[in-house]
Amino acid sequence: MLEVNGLSVAYGAIEAVKDVSFTVAEGQVVCLVGANGAGKSTTLRTVSGLLRPRRGEILFRGRPIHHLPAHKVLATGIAHCPEGRKLFATMTVEENLLLGAYLRRDHDIARDAAHVYELFPVLGQRRHQKAGLFSGGEQQMLAIGRAMMARPSLLMFDEPTMGLSPIMIQRIMDTIGVLRDQGTTILMVEQNALAALALSDHGYVIDLGRTTLSGPGRQLLADPRVREAYLG
Amino acid sequence: MATLAQQIVNGLVLGALIGLIALGYTMVYGIIKLINFAHGEVFMVGAFGAHFTSAYLLPDAMPWYAALPVLCVAAVAVSVTVAVLMERLAYRPLRDAHSLAPLITALGVSILLQEVVRVFYPGATAPLPFPRVFVDSQLTAGSLIVQWTGVLAVAVSPLLAAALHWYVERSRLGRAMRAVAEDPDTARLMGIDLNRVILATFVLGAVLAGLGAVLYGIHYGQIDTTMGFQNGIFAFTAAVLGGIGSIRGAMLGAFCIGMVKSLAGQYAWGGAQYDYVWVFVLLILVLMFRPQGFLGRLERVRA
Repeated sequence: MLEVNGLSVAYGAIEAVKDVSFTVAEGQVVCLVGANGAGKSTTLRTVSGLLRPRRGEILFRGRPIHHLPAHKVLATGIAHCPEGRKLFATMTVEENLLLGAYLRRDHDIARDAAHVYELFPVLGQRRHQKAGLFSGGEQQMLAIGRAMMARPSLLMFDEPTMGLSPIMIQRIMDTIGVLRDQGTTILMVEQNALAALALSDHGYVIDLGRTTLSGPGRQLLADPRVREAYLG
Repeated sequence: MATLAQQIVNGLVLGALIGLIALGYTMVYGIIKLINFAHGEVFMVGAFGAHFTSAYLLPDAMPWYAALPVLCVAAVAVSVTVAVLMERLAYRPLRDAHSLAPLITALGVSILLQEVVRVFYPGATAPLPFPRVFVDSQLTAGSLIVQWTGVLAVAVSPLLAAALHWYVERSRLGRAMRAVAEDPDTARLMGIDLNRVILATFVLGAVLAGLGAVLYGIHYGQIDTTMGFQNGIFAFTAAVLGGIGSIRGAMLGAFCIGMVKSLAGQYAWGGAQYDYVWVFVLLILVLMFRPQGFLGRLERVRA
């Protein structure tokens, strides 16, 4: 479904991503793990069109998308739930969800919002409150809900459990599992490799801007090199 | 007493007109953090667009209710065209440049537009009389004189500001504008086309400036190439005073400035020749005690 080949991305003279390649098959949960600064977020930001690659290609359903601006990448069916949640803090829960559905012109937007409120009742109860007033976990729920509103076929999560309590981490991971079961393909970036790889069909280790290891999630979890480097 | 009432009326009218320009400053700043110093010129070219239409295109005798809408359309068309060209040719190429570059460009565009109109518009080297296309009479109460054109400006300007506020709060495009203002990258992840939304912001500001230009012309009866610069400075000050980025703030700031300028011109030391000094005294005082302006939010550094 998504194929990234030999990706290289630079900020000015600094090459944050040097040589990253991976594939995401339809219906899978795929996880990129690696240390802080390894280039995971940069990779996602390039897939979603916020950054331009210096080299390499990104194919979605066989078609190159690395030249598309971000709003057109979303239109192909790739949504990005960014690191740090990045909610519109001065806007209400409802407005945030409506922005998630910005490109949609159909009449099911209200029904999809109701579905998000069903999934996360706290959002429904406080739908007219400003997003900035919510706790970290609640904000992450809203960020996930907002990304779902675009009805993506591929949903990318950047550090969805960052700064959350263990209970909330489990809740978020369960939700991602539910999304997968409902047919959404998931690409995830996590420092919390244990929780992420346990959920993943396939994992890639990114180290200093390069994909170094790959394999089924549980196999990577058992790999001594991975355990040593990322699981402690 | 009669003088005081008269100056209050004059101040309200001036505030209403400045407010329509201030809205453009505050909207563009809100969305791309650019003080578009050429926005005063968007207002000025609107006035000349209306003048041109009246002088060269319209028949001499037209009832005001026919002529006024035509002039409004003409002014808005010229203002919007200039604003769109300005954004596409001058600001968009500098979108990712250091913020000083677009600021200096804005000053350059401002001077360019003033000079182009002054040099190429017939007779624009001196002030031109603006067509009297509204009820050219006045209300009198004792010695108090209120022009109908002033009544129109004071009635229409807050209505337009309210409409703009409603649009930004309630419409899909308005929501996109607020999203871009708050976080452009995340707005792009929502599928928002930054260029379109920014252009739309310039267009909305230009529509208001064009309408303001016609209201200004019919009230003061003459226009000149420096009207944009002078009133633009007041409008920019109004936007800062009210809290830049805030629509209600821009209107509030504009009425404050109109009032201070009018009353200080009458009563303060120095008289009408120094009236603008008191406007900036007010600005400095407000910024000392409330740097974000009346209704502005303090800029917070994002984590």
